[in-house]
Amino acid sequence: MRLLLRYLRIVARGQLRYRSTFYLNLFGQIALPLSALAGVSLLFARFGNLAGWTAHEALLCYGVTNCAFALSELMARGFDSFSSILSNGEFDRVLVRPRSLVSQVLGARLDLSRFGRLVVGFVVLGWAVSGLSVEWSFLKAVTVFLMVACGALLFAGIFVLGAAFAFVTTDGLELINVFTDGGREMAQYPMTIYERPMRFIFTYLIPFACVNYLPLMFVLDKGSSPFAVLFPLIGALFVVPCLAVWKAGVRRYVSTGS
Amino acid sequence: MNPYAALFRMRFIRGLSYRASAIVGVATQFFFGLVFIMVFQAFARSGGSSLAPAQIASYVWLQQAFLALIMVWYRDRELLSTIAAGDAAYELCRPVDAYFFWYSRLLGGRLAGAALRCLPILAVAALLPDPYRLCPPPSVAAGLCFVACMALGLLLIVAITIFAYILTVVTLSPSAPFIFITPVYEFAAGMIIPLPFMPEALQQFLRVLPFRLCVDLPLRMYSGSIAAADAPGFLALQALWVAILLPLGRLTLNRAIRGAQSVGG
Repeated sequence: MRLLLRYLRIVARGQLRYRSTFYLNLFGQIALPLSALAGVSLLFARFGNLAGWTAHEALLCYGVTNCAFALSELMARGFDSFSSILSNGEFDRVLVRPRSLVSQVLGARLDLSRFGRLVVGFVVLGWAVSGLSVEWSFLKAVTVFLMVACGALLFAGIFVLGAAFAFVTTDGLELINVFTDGGREMAQYPMTIYERPMRFIFTYLIPFACVNYLPLMFVLDKGSSPFAVLFPLIGALFVVPCLAVWKAGVRRYVSTGS
Repeated sequence: MNPYAALFRMRFIRGLSYRASAIVGVATQFFFGLVFIMVFQAFARSGGSSLAPAQIASYVWLQQAFLALIMVWYRDRELLSTIAAGDAAYELCRPVDAYFFWYSRLLGGRLAGAALRCLPILAVAALLPDPYRLCPPPSVAAGLCFVACMALGLLLIVAITIFAYILTVVTLSPSAPFIFITPVYEFAAGMIIPLPFMPEALQQFLRVLPFRLCVDLPLRMYSGSIAAADAPGFLALQALWVAILLPLGRLTLNRAIRGAQSVGG
């Protein structure tokens, strides 16, 4: 953890050196999700509700998912672009250092411009919360917090799993984008609008439903018991087997040489 | 063979060789297509949609299948890095018109990307169960107008995006122009949500801009959401935009080149 903070400080100093590039990327990272958000809010302006969910209820889902994804992208980019770390031999250097592998890989590709999406995500969250008419309680606030934190861990789990495949293929497995970018796109909206097979995959194979839909039902008083506060934690457990697969990959790793 | 056609052919064949990445791309786009259709149709079920479910499905599938022809963020990285690194100076020594040389290069790259991806997506989409199925166009005329609008739309999008490359000649920063144009285009062309889902006033404003002629027009022409009878007017409008942007781009590029200094050697 201390190591990670140190990485963060170094990266911040480094990336802010190239100020105009940094602001440019930051602008891009804000503008893109913002234009997508504009699309969604226009859809709500036009149709009023989404399968019985009001705009603010659905936006809570949208905000939570985007915050979680942004956090994950900010921190776990090292696993996302792990194939490049493998193929240029950087991983060999990582292995010889007497520090935790995971934090080193996390630290290798921190990208501060990803704060952009995080900002947009928090704005949406604030907007949704201010417009909701539900009775807030401490437990609900904790639930929302857990949804973001555990959602980030879940996305990180997918990044790590993708990185594990890179041990086999060296050239990254871009198919994992279906579950990262695709998962984000899908999880922005309440799960009920999707067909059964899709819901099945994103509930039981990758437990997205645990970090947004199920706990949301509790937060929005749509039924579901207060135990829903525990669901995000189950979702976060997804990262454990992913890390195990990745570590198995590390043990069998043979350098690509270069 | 004339040099522009040769370069076009070269880029086309080059593009075809990236088969593995195309397969992955197809899978990703297919998934995104399904999600978009489910989201739009769920919204549309809430009432008052001017697009029928089948029209939504065809809009999304065509968008995914021909993504390489209509998206703004298709980038020829090689060309961009040549410009940024100054190697473009060699190209400028060739006895060809730089503008049309780049233009045919970009055109070829886009067509190759689409050629690889469109057929599998269209084939699978046509076999899906009903609200998700890609239906054939309502009439032969609609189908033909779709092809014509798509072709002119492609000429237009290349004429638009080439300005990003020209700008790179001046700024030497290959990503900056795209960072600015992408969110605007995505929204204004109907890539994020179809234009008929937007408020009327906004639609009227976006109709003034050329962007929707590349996406919204051809995709809705296919499903009959824009009547085939209106096609001649739209085709003329597309041709007009191309006729304005081509000479303008050529002029700008020649200006930019004259002002550019090659760094090092």
